[in-house]
Amino acid sequence: MIHPNSATATAETSAVAVAPATRPARRSRGLRRKLELTLLLSPALLLFIGFVLLPIGIAAYDGLYHWTGFGPLSGFAGLHNYRVALSDPVFQHALLHNVLIAVLSIVIQLPISIGVALLLNRRIRGRSLLRLLVFAPYVLSQAITAVMWALLLQPGGFVDEVMKAVGLGGLVQLWLANLHIVLYTMFLVLTWQFIGFGIILLLAGLQGIPAELNEAAALDGASAWETTRRITLPLLGPTIRILMFLSIVGSLQVFDVVWIMTGGGPANASSTMATYLVNRGFQSYEFGYGSAVAVIMFVICFAFALVYQRFVLRRDTRGALTRAVG
Amino acid sequence: MRSIRKSAAITLAATAALALAACGGSGGGSTSSTGNTHVTLTWWNNATSGDLKNVWAQAAAAYHKAHPNVTIQVEPIQNEAFQTKVPAALAGNNPPDIYQQWGGGQEATQIPSGKVTNLTQYTSSWISEVGPVAQAWQVSGKQYGIPYDLHTVGFWYRKDLFAKAGIASPPTTMTQLNADVTKLKAAHIVPIAVGSKDKWPDAFWWEYFAIRECPTATLKAAMKAVNLNGPCFVKAGQDLTSFMNTKPFQTGFLGTAAQVGAGSSAGLVANGKAAMELQGDWDPGVMTPLTSDKTVTSQLGWFPFPAVTGGAGDPTTTLGGGDGFSCTTGAAEPACADFLKYIDSPAVQAKVVAANVGLPANPAAASALALPAMKQVLTYTGAAPYIQTYFDIAFPTNVGVAIDGAIADFFAGQGTPQSIISTTNQAASSQ
Repeated sequence: MIHPNSATATAETSAVAVAPATRPARRSRGLRRKLELTLLLSPALLLFIGFVLLPIGIAAYDGLYHWTGFGPLSGFAGLHNYRVALSDPVFQHALLHNVLIAVLSIVIQLPISIGVALLLNRRIRGRSLLRLLVFAPYVLSQAITAVMWALLLQPGGFVDEVMKAVGLGGLVQLWLANLHIVLYTMFLVLTWQFIGFGIILLLAGLQGIPAELNEAAALDGASAWETTRRITLPLLGPTIRILMFLSIVGSLQVFDVVWIMTGGGPANASSTMATYLVNRGFQSYEFGYGSAVAVIMFVICFAFALVYQRFVLRRDTRGALTRAVG
Repeated sequence: MRSIRKSAAITLAATAALALAACGGSGGGSTSSTGNTHVTLTWWNNATSGDLKNVWAQAAAAYHKAHPNVTIQVEPIQNEAFQTKVPAALAGNNPPDIYQQWGGGQEATQIPSGKVTNLTQYTSSWISEVGPVAQAWQVSGKQYGIPYDLHTVGFWYRKDLFAKAGIASPPTTMTQLNADVTKLKAAHIVPIAVGSKDKWPDAFWWEYFAIRECPTATLKAAMKAVNLNGPCFVKAGQDLTSFMNTKPFQTGFLGTAAQVGAGSSAGLVANGKAAMELQGDWDPGVMTPLTSDKTVTSQLGWFPFPAVTGGAGDPTTTLGGGDGFSCTTGAAEPACADFLKYIDSPAVQAKVVAANVGLPANPAAASALALPAMKQVLTYTGAAPYIQTYFDIAFPTNVGVAIDGAIADFFAGQGTPQSIISTTNQAASSQ
């Protein structure tokens, strides 16, 4: 989803760069530029078309059939698969679970990330080590995270024992077996894994805020809270908005951790669009239906991305360009 | 070894395989010529580790020695990856010559690809040695696959824990099983472990109640029509409800895997944390690596699913299945079919059985069964008037997944005896 931005960037930069050129040279330089663009863009473009656009098109087409994946496409169904998927309560719940994870990641993960990033941006003892520790879970593969937490969260397992030892035994739950809790367990594991990424991103954003601004504010008598509230957070805005974007898109695509820990169960209580897709497409050999679900999932993510780009990120990309060019 | 069941954590490998499936064509191609020219057969099987892996390697080498013009290229593939690799391979131009085949409705789903060889002409002379079970690998009377081992589902229990709870002999009726559950609970032992996370172990329960409640004719008709039709199927759900009301399973069973890790249902029994589980006869082989207790197999006993009072089903009918192989149309014939015949020969079968993966497809190798409990399983299976294939394999794949899901939902309290039937029949009608 970064691609559209960089494309705009290239276009606008080129416009600026070309402008000062003298008239006679313009045509040949324009030609050369076109040649350059063709030469440089075509490999990436071919890959993009071959491995992104074409499969999406094929999936949309396959989704029109009752296809088992064996033999030629057969059993034209029109939009039947799409209608069935959208009206299937299991899919609706899966979508709802994705949305819930997205909302929780904004409401809970984001503030924690900002808080920890601000803390780790201070000069405190062992800062590098702390930063490393916070980021460590992100380095693990999702499969390892999932297997590890599945073991820790077994009934009577490590987590339960630790909670009992510190006097929180009353709060012990059937983390993976309780239909009303399992989705939140998934969210916690996802948070454990991905919060480090957000913190690193925010730390990088914090590095970009000139220290003079904070010093100036301090000289003007602003308290630490005021400095954070009025100077740091607004300037961190672009980073926060990008992080929100990544969190939400990531939430809509959640698969690995859930699939390995619960398989979307019990009774679909932790299902996501992606687990539903794999269950129906690959496990049930309903490749036509699975394709339709994949297309629906793509459209949801794509529509969100477009809207977010248009209304939230636009300002940031503009600003970035102004700095880059000027 | 129906380790199609070994899902759970290993599913991650399958997940990775989703991406790789398209790229992973079979390594060595085959020539379609026959006779004296040299042929190579690529062989996808699921024995990625353990004794069976060695058995297959030896079999391939021995066959090559006897038939120097045939080279078998063994390619063990992680079990869950078959789910994604087989459709991709059969859709492509270079499928493996031999691949893992569980028969039933899943096999039938693969036939329209036109890439699975009809082996009938090569097998008709000898398939009777295998017995009637070979029918589970037939589609419309044609032999598209050949089994190499067989499985029966029943109770694996710990003799030491039964003794501790004062249970003298395994139960033969549901009433006795209920009484034993009570005794085990009184002795603070978890009576029964179940791996509900994987769904199919739940299905064993409902399916066995259906087998005990339904006359064989009704079961056969249901399989043929892909439709659960009859009040006995509702009765099965009601039986299951009453049984589950006795709360016989371990705490948090909805999140328990079946075969992966010491916390799985097999691991709980292996480590003495639960007294029994309803599982396939591959269970001793699964339990052994999950515990440091070297004596675990000697502690294991077996008993069949108890009789249900008033049930119209035959109390000696069993639930089971097996593992096998199919040849693809690009494979050199009769070499491919002949190799599968070789695998079913008593010599190779004896080695398969010694690897503790199940009952031999060829009864001639039965004497090689090591565990006394396995001999008991064999006797029971041999005497069964009818072996009902696991419903999820017998049905077309999408219906199989639907029934497993519906029964798992039922275990999670999200369903009724009726909903299992309606979900299944609905999946069948949506084909």
